[in-house]
Amino acid sequence: MLASKLILKCLERENVEFVFGYPGGALLPLYEALRTSPIKHILVRNEQAGPHYASGYARESGRVGVCLATSGPGATNLVTGIATAYLDSIPIVAITGQVNRDLIGTDAFQEADITGATAPFTKHSYLVKDAADIPRIIREAFYIASTGRPGPVLIDIPRDVQLESIKTGLTYDKVDILGYKPNLHGHSGQIKRATKKIKEAERPVIYAGGGVLLGHAEKELLAFAEKDNIPVITSLMGIGAFPEDHLLYCGIVGSHGYEYSNVVMNEADLIINIGARMSDRATSKLTSFEENTDFVHIDIDPAEIGKNMETTIPIVGDAKTVLIDFIAKDTSKDHATWLAKIKEIKEQHPLVYDADPPCSDLINPKVMFRSMSEMTSDDSTLVADVGLNQIWSALYYHVSKERKFFTSGGLGTMGYSIPAACGVCFATLDHPKEVFAVCGDGSFQMSMGELGVIAEHQLNVKIILITNKKLGMVRQLQCDVYGKGHYSGTDINFDIDFMKLAEAYSIKSYKVDKNEDFIKVLPEAIKHQGPVLIQCQVHPDFIRI
Amino acid sequence: MEKKTCLSLLVENNFGVLSRISGLFARRGYNIDSLTVGTTENARFSRITITVTGDEQILTQIKKQLNKLIDVITVIELKPEESITRELVFIKVKADDTNRNQVVEISNMFRANIVDVARESLIVEITGTRDKIDAFFNMVEPYGILEFIRSGDTGLQRGAKVLSF
Ligand SMILES: Cc1ncc(C[n+]2csc(CCOP(=O)(O)OP(=O)(O)O)c2C)c(N)n1
Ligand SMILES: [Mg+2]
Repeated sequence: MLASKLILKCLERENVEFVFGYPGGALLPLYEALRTSPIKHILVRNEQAGPHYASGYARESGRVGVCLATSGPGATNLVTGIATAYLDSIPIVAITGQVNRDLIGTDAFQEADITGATAPFTKHSYLVKDAADIPRIIREAFYIASTGRPGPVLIDIPRDVQLESIKTGLTYDKVDILGYKPNLHGHSGQIKRATKKIKEAERPVIYAGGGVLLGHAEKELLAFAEKDNIPVITSLMGIGAFPEDHLLYCGIVGSHGYEYSNVVMNEADLIINIGARMSDRATSKLTSFEENTDFVHIDIDPAEIGKNMETTIPIVGDAKTVLIDFIAKDTSKDHATWLAKIKEIKEQHPLVYDADPPCSDLINPKVMFRSMSEMTSDDSTLVADVGLNQIWSALYYHVSKERKFFTSGGLGTMGYSIPAACGVCFATLDHPKEVFAVCGDGSFQMSMGELGVIAEHQLNVKIILITNKKLGMVRQLQCDVYGKGHYSGTDINFDIDFMKLAEAYSIKSYKVDKNEDFIKVLPEAIKHQGPVLIQCQVHPDFIRI
Repeated sequence: MEKKTCLSLLVENNFGVLSRISGLFARRGYNIDSLTVGTTENARFSRITITVTGDEQILTQIKKQLNKLIDVITVIELKPEESITRELVFIKVKADDTNRNQVVEISNMFRANIVDVARESLIVEITGTRDKIDAFFNMVEPYGILEFIRSGDTGLQRGAKVLSF
């Protein structure tokens, strides 16, 4: 059998339905094999979008997303997307073509050292030098990507390797990687110590990160929080880990979180961190913090523990497994006083929705997302891009019930939302659901080419395009750091007719500049089977979150 | 407080493993004092000895980050009391007829070997712990050191214990 066929057979064994790719010389053999494979190839319009499709697909389906690119420029176009998946711990496998083995290292046409270039932000990578290794490498790649702390794995396959002919029946089932044995179970002694601390704490807070979602531990988190009434705060990546309409829900922490959440976190005497990195963006508003607070830190990645924050009790393990252990222990304590205090804090730091003219003349995005929450289905997925649009949707769109919220939290990659939302659509093709891509006028233009894919496949994605004619979030920073008027390189004033653009792709579109109108068109857009673009005009000076 | 630590790694003998390890150090700003690589009893594996300087928190992070690399099978710290570490050094010392014997004598005291003799120089080969080598340097310094190369520490744990997986 041709190695290129074998590659696809191996992908089939991993239950791959879709590959998001872009062809080129170094992948010719693989594309020839794809022609007759049951695996569906989705031609993205720029390799830069490929890993984001795979990421959206993976986050929605819980399976590994796959993207393909040719050697050289195709491969280097994947770099940002791979780094994005790495920082958010999303399981994807990227397959790249490479020049023939004897040409590697000669600066051959379209040669780039992609394993070298991506080493800092791949969980692992392979350069296939012998076609006989393909079954093992593909099995290992999917295993590594999806277990432990998930992440991207890259497989670089020279063109001549794809053309080798090898014995059929080569399979590889049992993974045995000496240097990779993820540990799921928390140490029982540590669990005892942690639960004792929890029982003693006067003002405990659960701080839930993306690890809860990656570990599918939402139910366990809810059960544990409810057991003794422990309030829950999430990180940006943890949105969706805990229902936002729950009494114990205490918001989102960080420089772009709610004020009250940061205050609550500062007041806590015990923080139970479950699968959150404690990145600088999450902790910059936390002041009194370290001296007066104890930390229990649960993470499947031992290297996360103690990296950014000193930890009182570290527990290396999977969120779900450890939470089940926690639930079985006695941690009972009356937290009525603490919950009353939190209620007070919430009242002292209310969410502010109001805006003054001229900002109030156009759409108020905060109100818009709040009202959108009431109109979308219980199992909708919203993918937010990067910028003010991201923070508004994170803070004011309610994620409860079965709803999902995805964003590029770790790397903050503009252009993420549209391809990732497409990935969500492909993951749900057989049971289409409401999928929203929220983006700014800057980020939209970074992934605009993917409208071609949306139109071609009539994906059921509703693009909420927030146009403020600015790179809003950077402009906000310029205002905060240098003062009003110190704007530099953040105008995108040229008036693009987005309606015509949508029309060019035969995508239904609306343009609204009033909240009332948004409320009117959204249900129509949702009802429409297929893609819709809603342009929502927001005043450039609306820079508050 | 900064301290010097010697780590011993058993790694898969795979393409790129060394660049992954050195890349990790470079990117995270950890300083490598020395690094040696060599074959082992099993062709599938290599053993790497790395000496690093850093505070406790950094050293812990280094060990954890190294352990995260898929090709790294085990990482242990070679604690001085539980291990043997040695370094190999070649030192080219200025020496002519007037003082050659003195340099040879010092070398003998250190059980060092003279491996090259020329009219105006000698190359001394010395193996030992860092302290011994520092002491030797101290002794021959006055004669003039022309150049030298230090291999960096390499080592094993004492006793029957082996790096296992
Ligand atoms: C690829 C990339 N380039 C640059 C940035 C820096 N950046 C962060 S937010 C932002 C502005 C985003 O503008 P827009 O998409 O219009 O969103 P808005 O903030 O206006 O809602 C920029 C440039 C980034 N995060 N990602
Ligand atoms: Mg904008």
